[in-house]
Amino acid sequence: MTATAASSSATILPFAEPAARSGRDARPLRLITCGSVDDGKSTLIGRLLWDTKAVKEDQAATLARDSGQQNDLGLPDFALLLDGLQAEREQGITIDVAYRYFATDRRSFIVADTPGHEQYTRNMATGASTADLAILLADARAGLLEQTRRHATIAALMGIRQFVLAVNKFDLVNYDKAIFDQISHDFRELALSLGVRQVTAIPMSALKGENVVYASEGAMPWYQGPTLIEALELATTRSTQTGGFRLPVQRVARPGESFRGYQGTVAGGAIKPGDSVAILPSGTIANVKQIVTFDLVRNAAVAGDAITLVLDRQVDVARGDMIVSIDGPPMTGTGFDAQIVALQPGGIEPGKRYWLKSGSRRQRVTVEPVSQLELSSGKWQPHASTLAMNAIGKVHLAFEEQAIFDTYEQNRATGAFILIDPDTLNTVAGGMITAKRADLGGIHLEGQRVLLSLPADLAEQIMASELFAARRNEVEIRRLSGKQATDLLSDTGEND
Amino acid sequence: MPLSAQETEIKNPPVSKPPLDPHLKALENEAIHIFREVAAEFEKPVMLYSIGKDSSVLLHLARKAFYPGRVPFPLLHVDTTWKFKEMIEFRDEIAEKYDLDLVVHTNPRGKAEGITPFTHGSAFYTDIMKTEALKQALDAGGYDAAFGGARRDEEASRAKERIYSFRTPDHKWDPRNQRPELWNVYNGMIKKGESVRAFPLSNWTEVDIWRYIQAEDIPLVPLYYAAERPYVERDGMMILAEDPRLQLLPGETVQHGSIRFRTLGCFPLTGAIRSTASNLEEVIAELEIATVSERQGRAIDRDQSGSMEKKKREGYF
Repeated sequence: MTATAASSSATILPFAEPAARSGRDARPLRLITCGSVDDGKSTLIGRLLWDTKAVKEDQAATLARDSGQQNDLGLPDFALLLDGLQAEREQGITIDVAYRYFATDRRSFIVADTPGHEQYTRNMATGASTADLAILLADARAGLLEQTRRHATIAALMGIRQFVLAVNKFDLVNYDKAIFDQISHDFRELALSLGVRQVTAIPMSALKGENVVYASEGAMPWYQGPTLIEALELATTRSTQTGGFRLPVQRVARPGESFRGYQGTVAGGAIKPGDSVAILPSGTIANVKQIVTFDLVRNAAVAGDAITLVLDRQVDVARGDMIVSIDGPPMTGTGFDAQIVALQPGGIEPGKRYWLKSGSRRQRVTVEPVSQLELSSGKWQPHASTLAMNAIGKVHLAFEEQAIFDTYEQNRATGAFILIDPDTLNTVAGGMITAKRADLGGIHLEGQRVLLSLPADLAEQIMASELFAARRNEVEIRRLSGKQATDLLSDTGEND
Repeated sequence: MPLSAQETEIKNPPVSKPPLDPHLKALENEAIHIFREVAAEFEKPVMLYSIGKDSSVLLHLARKAFYPGRVPFPLLHVDTTWKFKEMIEFRDEIAEKYDLDLVVHTNPRGKAEGITPFTHGSAFYTDIMKTEALKQALDAGGYDAAFGGARRDEEASRAKERIYSFRTPDHKWDPRNQRPELWNVYNGMIKKGESVRAFPLSNWTEVDIWRYIQAEDIPLVPLYYAAERPYVERDGMMILAEDPRLQLLPGETVQHGSIRFRTLGCFPLTGAIRSTASNLEEVIAELEIATVSERQGRAIDRDQSGSMEKKKREGYF
């Protein structure tokens, strides 16, 4: 992601290659739309689908039949296109996330239309969890509402780092530049306070189709920025997770006596045959022998690839284990800090034993709330009791067995988890790891440490031992060249 | 040093088939992940196999997901006995070719009570021969997870459905109270008798399906390609006229023309389109300029507004 410095200009966009690219050269961009109830969210998506020709004639006919009347522009009621549930049509509101698909010549898009009502915040979090970009709507007449702030906060919390502010219904304020400048300024301040620096603000009328797919014709000569679709075409998909290799093992494939493969989706980094890996939580070391897929035996795999990994020796690997690079392994331990969003009416209770699922790993955990985010002010307030539905809290997680995580900031796949209620078995929270807590009786940072420089093969033998595995989380390992190790050790000697 | 995606591409040896573009690759990876997760978490999964293009893609992905092993669950076909003849032939060929466990179920009420799409209307017929039959088969097999090839772009209520769609012991879907589904962390915990319908193709569009079929060279029922075929026009639909059970109504005549099907279901309820697209390239070219949706030819979607949601709530896929 391009870390463009914030400035006062109207738009901040990532660089894009100017060459025309076919729409299929990239992963689909996943985006969410959010905003308050009457900001015109469904109208905006309807307009996007309509103007990119994603709505077919028979669907339009159904739409016309259902809406009964057309608006004064002769267009059907776009909201009916999206609110696919009968209860939604009857109440005229969006209850659950709807996923929609459209494409331009340049790329394809998956849009999650999320509910505006506060009581459905959990469904907004569902949509945000997989999104690369958030479109936040504001009614030009009303400016930023608390719900807009709430949604921007949740989107940022869930790791979305690109915002588009759609200042909608701009025809109703006579295309007044001063109003646009004020709202986009307020929004940029908000975004910066949330750590989001890629912000594009666009004045538009979704109803009239101005600056959505087509530029407005003469109504806003002062606006030189992109239309919404242009901004979306230039956005970046969440970059491939950098850092060490991660393979959460989904299943062990044993089709015959001779073959044993570990199947899963690479959740970070890259791997190739010959690489040394560790199996967590045991800490056993092995080397990659083969990467097997249906099409061919591959000589490398990267984040996102669904693969079958074959190791060079018999080791004990089960579903829920994680195969990782020896360089830069994830954190293991029994205590972690996290932020969670409570998703169900019962909230999240302190001390209750929940199931936690992260990747393919499911284990028991207790949750101790520490603080709660006050969405109106953006401040964290101390809070140790039950986190009510829709609350966002900072919590301590205490596991009964070793857990394996990266921080969510570093890796969205290995830093995210859900909590499952042991009684209802429903999903009751979504969470993001922020840090590891020192284990009880675990690492003694004050204690004496020994730095060894060993030949790699000897180190591997030691690391494969049970004694080592048992205390794996007290050890830090760096792989270095002989020269670097010599330099490091001599430096240490001098500084002592 | 981790390799960048670009380096990896270059270092891959040339293969007979060009690599998938990143868009299809991402969809494929997601589907394989879902297949593996369901197979690992549930005791007795089954895959709904309807013989159509989406099922064909679904099956191909299942074979990929479990390679080099075989597909570790059976395929279930709910046979209404009103499918196109070519579909049944294709089904049996595929099961044989790929060494699959195929379970076929027909609701005995169809024969016992003489329920046909002509005599009982599409809504009642679908309810008995598809929805009720499906529930019978799932109960009989004791399946706790059923894969389906539904896509969110097909229909408005499907656009709302989760990838793991939770069902009560009597197979009901509660669209107002779905489990939240964050990231790709799926909650596979259920109580006895409850089940999950899993949709690996949720994020695929019709064009994606066709482009994937092309890229992966997946065999399809020939009815998807245009050919000279006999048909009858009825209620604004072109119905294939080859099954002796189709009786002409007064004023109807059998016509001949170059037609094909965009979706395949029961022949009396599935309308053909006029087309000369006789191979994959031509079908895709036709699709990219199409102005009507694929379900336009499906009579059961048009019974009433919101009819798919109603059927789904009652247990239809």
